[in-house]
Amino acid sequence: MADSSAAAHHAAPDGVTKRDLLQLIAGAGAAIGAGAIAWPLIDSMNPSKDVLALSSVDVDLAPVVEGQGITIVWQGKPIFVRHRTATEIKEAQDVKLSQLIDPTLGLDKERVKPGHDQWIILIGICTHLGCVPLGNKPSDPRGEWGGWFCPCHGSQYDTSGRVRHGPAPLNLALPPYAFESDTKIKVG
Amino acid sequence: MAGLNKSEFANPVINWIDTRLPIFTMMQKEYGVFPTPKNFNYFWNFGALAMVNLMIMIITGIFLAMNYQPNTQLAFDSVQHIMRDVNYGWLIRYVHQNGASMFFIVTYIHIFRGLYYGSYKTPRELLWMLGVVILILMMATAFMGYVLPWGQMSYWGATVITNLFSAFPIVGPKIVTLLWGGFSVDNPTLNRFFALHYLLPFVLVGVIFLHVAALHITGSNNPLGIDVKTPQDTLPFHPYYTVKDSVGICVYLIVFSALVFFAPNYLGDPNNFIPANPLVTPADIVPEWYFLPFYAILRSVPNKLLGVCMMFGSLLVMFVLPWLDTSRVRSARFRPIYKWFILLWVVAVVVLGVCGAHKPEGIWVILSRVSTLYYFLHFLVIMPVVGKLERPLPLPESISKPVLGGRGGGPMPAGAAAKPMEKA
Ligand code: HEM
Ligand code: FES
Repeated sequence: MADSSAAAHHAAPDGVTKRDLLQLIAGAGAAIGAGAIAWPLIDSMNPSKDVLALSSVDVDLAPVVEGQGITIVWQGKPIFVRHRTATEIKEAQDVKLSQLIDPTLGLDKERVKPGHDQWIILIGICTHLGCVPLGNKPSDPRGEWGGWFCPCHGSQYDTSGRVRHGPAPLNLALPPYAFESDTKIKVG
Repeated sequence: MAGLNKSEFANPVINWIDTRLPIFTMMQKEYGVFPTPKNFNYFWNFGALAMVNLMIMIITGIFLAMNYQPNTQLAFDSVQHIMRDVNYGWLIRYVHQNGASMFFIVTYIHIFRGLYYGSYKTPRELLWMLGVVILILMMATAFMGYVLPWGQMSYWGATVITNLFSAFPIVGPKIVTLLWGGFSVDNPTLNRFFALHYLLPFVLVGVIFLHVAALHITGSNNPLGIDVKTPQDTLPFHPYYTVKDSVGICVYLIVFSALVFFAPNYLGDPNNFIPANPLVTPADIVPEWYFLPFYAILRSVPNKLLGVCMMFGSLLVMFVLPWLDTSRVRSARFRPIYKWFILLWVVAVVVLGVCGAHKPEGIWVILSRVSTLYYFLHFLVIMPVVGKLERPLPLPESISKPVLGGRGGGPMPAGAAAKPMEKA
């Protein structure tokens, strides 16, 4: 073809032509352009400003009586807030790390705020495949360890929200929260 | 017809696929080596630009749909949510909104190219008619899209356009009720418009596929309007026209970006910032700019049914163009009389557009009537008659002849073109 003979004319000794450079520059330019166009589209699927604005909720603990738990919604997720009885607290504190499937944040005192041993606050999502375990209501099945029982595949958690029976691999996660007063917390 | 494709690709993976599903061979044939007249001017960029524009509309549209709510209670607010809360939502919406305008600019120029260079004439009649189908589908899509934000203009535009059908005797009012899904433009109307607005662009993709398939059977027309005679008259599509189209796409994107980033609301109507109110019609109600000429035709006729018929007729007449034009010469370049008439037709359309933007009073009524008259006169009388009477200029012997400045058909077009570049 006419253009290949013209290109051969300009070829440097190593066979690299001006056209190779032009092609690389054009290709790189097009790739950068495509990326710059793709990013706003992809980012538009991330949480929007109004979703991010829902980042914290206040919870009044006063109505939650001993032995009972409630579920509140934070960022679309269920948050378990449970008022533990003295026996439940003792059971939770007596467990040794060696008894646990997941020893990370395994001590009960690492899972509650100091001075508020009766309140355990957890993200109520089973670490197996995302179901919401039962056990907040005293009438719910709570499993052998008296915490929570996941109806999907039978994982069991103790009164500190630690996994004691699989298939779930990890303890229930702890949301960020702080006590604003003795009967009020802010989650998020 | 069964049998494996003999693939010529060296890359083993491509070769393996191509042997079983010859898409690479097809792309190579239709967009690689495809013989294309070598004398295209920049008017021939606009088909490719329309294709790029359609892709932009589909992609931005899908991302808008992820955040839009087709419900009269929520639609307006969900659009404001896109503008304010969604990451880059403002950009996606402004690109989609101004993309519609760009689409019509590009397509109108594309159609003008066809009219001026006689691309609608044999053997490209069907290609042209598919083009008219594309235009009508585009208009329907744009109209329904404009209803979605559910502002005042959306609502009243929807009311007026759907009511056009009420002009037809007997069935008219029934059609309108059917379109509305009720007794006024309301939630059912908005719901179905959203469904159709999402659907039609994909129908467009299908029709454009046929449009391009037909093009690749007839081959492209060219500014001289004469047939390709020898391989010397053509260049392979790649790299010559892929590069020329890329230049066009860069310029197009610059214009598009200028609109989006510096004047995103220039072509819009401020009334659409007001949520729809079924009880109050805005004082100045006008359609989007690209519908103005048709709107002016509608208003230029003082009879409801006739006005509606003329408006639809102004589009439908395009279907029979190939048979209204009696001249055997395609390109207006060689038609000393017709050339002025077709340019005058363009002026008439522009004047109609300006009339459509003004209140129908005084001079605007007269201007729009004269222009409407010329619009139809041009197609129905001037085209057939001038084609017969006019004496065209002598046509060049071949496409190569004038390109090479009368030095005779040389065998090396690319080499000849490369010379001045080497000096620079
Ligand atoms: C959405 C819109 C459209 C797309 C994506 C599109 C696409 C294309 C493409 C890619 C080409 C080949 C490149 C070119 O010659 O510019 C083409 C050619 C053509 N189009 Fe379209 N088109 C569209 C609308 C229309 C409309 C509305 C009409 C006419 C009413 C039309 C009439 C033609 C004709 C006659 C040709 C052949 C031109 C020639 O070879 O001279 N197109 N189109
Ligand atoms: S999701 Fe809870 S056990 Fe599988």
